[in-house]
Amino acid sequence: MSGILASCPSGEKRATQELAAAPLLSAPANRRVTGRRAVLVGCIVAAVALVAVVIAGILVGPDASRTDFAAKNLAPCLAHPFGTDWMGRDMLLRTLAGLSTSILVGVAAAAASSLIAAALAAVAALGGRRADGVVNWLVDLCMGIPHIVLLILISYALGKGFWGVTIGVALTHWPSLTRVLRAEILQCRESDFVKAAFMLGESRLAVAWRHMVPYVLPQFIVGLVLLFPHAVLHEAAVTFLGFGLPPEMPAIGIILSEAMGYLSAGAWWLAVFPGLALVAVVMAFDAVGSGLRRVVDPMSAQE
Amino acid sequence: MGKYALRSLGRFLALMLAVAVVTFALVSLSPIDPLQANVGQAALLGMSEEKRQQLAQWWGVGVPAHERFLSWGWALLHGDWGISLRYNAPVLDVVASRALNSLALMAVAWVVSGILGFALGLAAALHRGKLLDRVVRGYCFVLASSPTFWVGLLLLMVFSVWLGWFPMGFSVPIGKAAADVTLADALHHMALPAITLSVVGVANIALHTRAKAIDVLSSPYVRFARARGQSPAYILRVHGLRNLALPALTLQFASIAEIFGGSVLVEEVFSYPGLGQAAVTAGLGGDVALLAAIALVSAALVFGGNLVANLLYGAIDPRMRLRGRGAQTPSAQGEDAR
Repeated sequence: MSGILASCPSGEKRATQELAAAPLLSAPANRRVTGRRAVLVGCIVAAVALVAVVIAGILVGPDASRTDFAAKNLAPCLAHPFGTDWMGRDMLLRTLAGLSTSILVGVAAAAASSLIAAALAAVAALGGRRADGVVNWLVDLCMGIPHIVLLILISYALGKGFWGVTIGVALTHWPSLTRVLRAEILQCRESDFVKAAFMLGESRLAVAWRHMVPYVLPQFIVGLVLLFPHAVLHEAAVTFLGFGLPPEMPAIGIILSEAMGYLSAGAWWLAVFPGLALVAVVMAFDAVGSGLRRVVDPMSAQE
Repeated sequence: MGKYALRSLGRFLALMLAVAVVTFALVSLSPIDPLQANVGQAALLGMSEEKRQQLAQWWGVGVPAHERFLSWGWALLHGDWGISLRYNAPVLDVVASRALNSLALMAVAWVVSGILGFALGLAAALHRGKLLDRVVRGYCFVLASSPTFWVGLLLLMVFSVWLGWFPMGFSVPIGKAAADVTLADALHHMALPAITLSVVGVANIALHTRAKAIDVLSSPYVRFARARGQSPAYILRVHGLRNLALPALTLQFASIAEIFGGSVLVEEVFSYPGLGQAAVTAGLGGDVALLAAIALVSAALVFGGNLVANLLYGAIDPRMRLRGRGAQTPSAQGEDAR
């Protein structure tokens, strides 16, 4: 297949060169193994880094809020790589603690959200036309209000704070995954192997457990991991606006909203490094999710 | 056509009703005491019990939720959206004046990010695997992972604090009479928020267009055109633009919810007096009437975007006209494409 593709106008030169260098028949197989392995290794490295950030954040928690007025408003230096704020708190420790909170909130919210998505998708796909209609309408409704506005409303309803933002993020992030899983379950139900299983007299429960769960589970896990970035970003955004985590909790949103007041004073490090760290965390989650998808998805198994 | 309009209207009304119910339910759930929020803690303490009861009755304490909902909905339909607690003006006036600012900002960001994203996506697809493609993809992946408000903060820091090219915030110069504000002033103040929104909004549409353009470029008719000796850029212009413009436009219209969400954050960073900032103020200040109104307006805006996307489908793709339904908008794609 790749031999044909390599000769087409938009084909990649690299592929042609590789094919020319290696014995033709074994080339695709070799590349597949190394590709999958590289992706898996990347996934694991990113996942370990995330776990390390969470643990480090919890460990430095008490130190992160320690003030030292002798060392306030310091620009980044060797002792304080991320600088210090106007109360002499070390920004590296604060950022770590904040990231750890953000990741934990994101994980909790994304897990709850994906469970909602799985339940609704199952109801929509297996519950008949009317249930399908109701779920689709719910999806449209939830997507009809901008995320942030809905988050503000939910957070307002729950009196702000930790639960406000966690429940808010959990209740707003299920629609897209619901659509994906619903389509996936429908496709599985129409497939020949499920029909054959029914013909063989297997019970509905057995079919669901033996054929449907293994079919949908990979998509579910990938969807779950890919929800994290959204959850973390929205948590930070809502906290930044003042609806999320309370100011005494370490959180990136809090750090950045406080940094706003010191920007015109030239304290650039208060905003730059915590933000960069958040971007890195979000990209790590994205790397894990996309990597998993590539490993799990049979369509791209040849790449 | 008339049937389609009726159906759309029905869907719109159902959506508005549902949003109103959800908003109302959420607001009623809130632990904030309406009496205290509206009168103020100090005033409430110094008040006689009788007066307090009177006020409680005025604010509908103890009235069943459905009755309160009906009276609120009835008033809404009659154009009485209540008085904003934080801005001390009719909600409708507040929303109208701020919607103008917000819509201008969002429209500019929407157009710029759409065109820029489309162009970048095409360019990346044409140079697939080369440096340009990698730069565009890297840019999109980083931007898709960046919080909008942080990008706004960085731009504010670089262009307002260090370089001083743009003002620090607001929509007009400080200390200038409203009558003296020129269009140039307004544009100058809007530039940085609009740039922030556009820069962040590019990622989605660029990646999507790139993927679609690569599909088109590897199709048999493009290969045939190549065999005839036409250049890839020419082929993309003649055979690709229509195919590509359709999903891109749909995606861009479906992304209005995201642009609105982004505008909330950007307006907060740049102290830009728009709907988003009003929503934040209302939410933090317990201004229920304004918050509910903004939720309704934003939902209407998103619905409008999806509707236009469906209509454009018909205008651009003749096949959709014959089918006449075209009610399916891939609005989920905005989320999945990341």
